[in-house]
Amino acid sequence: MKRKVTASLISQREIAPGIFDMWIRTELAAGAKPGQFLCLYPRDKSTLLPRPISICETAKDRDALRLVYRVAGKGTAEFSGYSEGETISVLGNLGNGFPTREAVGKKVFLMGGGIGIPPILQLAKTLRQEGMEPEAIQIIAGYRDKNLFLSQDLKKYGTLFVATEDGSAGTKGNVMDAVAENQLKADMIFACGPMPMLKAIRGYAGEKGIPAYISLEEHMACGVGACLGCVVKTREVDPHSHVHNARICTEGPVFEAQEVDI
Amino acid sequence: MEKALAAVRKEEPMNTRVTIAGVEFKNPVMTASGTFGSGMEYAEFVDLNRLGAVVTKGVANVPWPGNPTPRVAEVYGGMLNAIGLQNPGIDVFCARDIPFLEQFDTRIIVNVCGKTVEDYIEVAEKLGDYPSVSMLEINVSCPNVKEGAIAFGQKADALFHITREIKKHALQPIIMKLSPNVTDIGEMARAAEAAGADALSLINTITGMKIDIHRRTFALANKTGGLSGPAIKPVAVRMVYQAAQAVKIPIIGMGGIVNAEDAIEFLLAGASAVSIGAMNFVNPYTTQEVVSGIETYMERYGIEDINDLIGAVR
Repeated sequence: MKRKVTASLISQREIAPGIFDMWIRTELAAGAKPGQFLCLYPRDKSTLLPRPISICETAKDRDALRLVYRVAGKGTAEFSGYSEGETISVLGNLGNGFPTREAVGKKVFLMGGGIGIPPILQLAKTLRQEGMEPEAIQIIAGYRDKNLFLSQDLKKYGTLFVATEDGSAGTKGNVMDAVAENQLKADMIFACGPMPMLKAIRGYAGEKGIPAYISLEEHMACGVGACLGCVVKTREVDPHSHVHNARICTEGPVFEAQEVDI
Repeated sequence: MEKALAAVRKEEPMNTRVTIAGVEFKNPVMTASGTFGSGMEYAEFVDLNRLGAVVTKGVANVPWPGNPTPRVAEVYGGMLNAIGLQNPGIDVFCARDIPFLEQFDTRIIVNVCGKTVEDYIEVAEKLGDYPSVSMLEINVSCPNVKEGAIAFGQKADALFHITREIKKHALQPIIMKLSPNVTDIGEMARAAEAAGADALSLINTITGMKIDIHRRTFALANKTGGLSGPAIKPVAVRMVYQAAQAVKIPIIGMGGIVNAEDAIEFLLAGASAVSIGAMNFVNPYTTQEVVSGIETYMERYGIEDINDLIGAVR
């Protein structure tokens, strides 16, 4: 059940330049799945549309939900100024999420690039809760530089490998370079990050013949599947319009990589 | 005295019903085509039984894939879209969307789009088999598709022609949805009326453009898109007023309605009903809130019949 609710801010801090870590209290936490997202509504009425932000972590026992986001425009700049006790309108839980059950008995890559890293945290946590061994959870996080936000949290749920564009930590390069340098292998991939990274993962998974579930993003208006703004070309006919254009907010944001034309 | 008046009011509840082309609506609040799907996506938020009508996303004779992405962009107080009328085609629509909407006690208005006059007629004729569809809204004003649509909506003679042709084949009353991207809305309204249109709806989106200065390219893949949201409301109110002055057929007004106050402005300007568009994306409960807000307004000013508001400002 999707709902628009008022959440209250538990805490917020800047964990890397321009990257904010916000915990909110909301009943939406209870039903949230890794890979789903929320829409956050700015108060400034000149910024009309909600901002889709992926769920980073949930603490269901406390109705708490964590969002880690980059300030990218007016909306996120406004959110970054909120402090403890303030309220925020959120719509959730949106999208399909990562199919964690598919990972049972497999060795997986959890790959996150830049601001695509946050949803990987709850994914790793859920996989552990579902009984996977930390050795089977190989987390590969790609950063710009030495600001390795969330890396301490990620380490708790799997084996972490880091890549940085400037070589200041881990492998110099991207997540695929880290896979090569560490000679890593997997039966399945879950990933979220920038398009070039997702394209590379799609190619790699195709070559190896393994499934890869990638989380996509696109400009959205409604977040609930009505406006048809956020589509991606698909191999099969999509269930809504039957035209090979699936809605990222509804049929996604997570798609099997070979199913989408990116 | 106060008490006696209140008692009278209770016995005769205020009337929010409006009639358009012989079709009665329980209230004048509808959804603007393309912002509400066929109601499925918003049924989780809104009690569709509360709405006067659901006006569906445009449907063509065959599936349309729509435009490349990005299809939407935010602008100050509004948004641009260039979806390009992605839709599953009339057959899927009739098999899936109409039965869904039939479950609710609300009127169904189907928005019809096409590339040629024949396309429109094909859809209109198929919808003739569905008595649950109360009216057809003919989309001759989408600014985001290259063929059809707006080509019929920007010249009075083209609008006259397509209206007359569809009217010959449509079983249900037809609403011509007009574009604001014209010099004289009154002339367009008169052309549709003269050709037999049963009602008008306006405004569709206003053609706009946004340039992304960081990527140094257009914000939308289609370059241009339709502007909607609160930013366009004064233009919409003005055009509804002008169209209402020009014709006798009823008008469904829309463009940037955020709340009941906005909706009442449109009624006063001459609209017999109103549609909520972009605001569904901002607040999924908007339609229902406008229904309640209109009732509150009527109570506050002691208005017994909503029809007394329609076109009351001349």
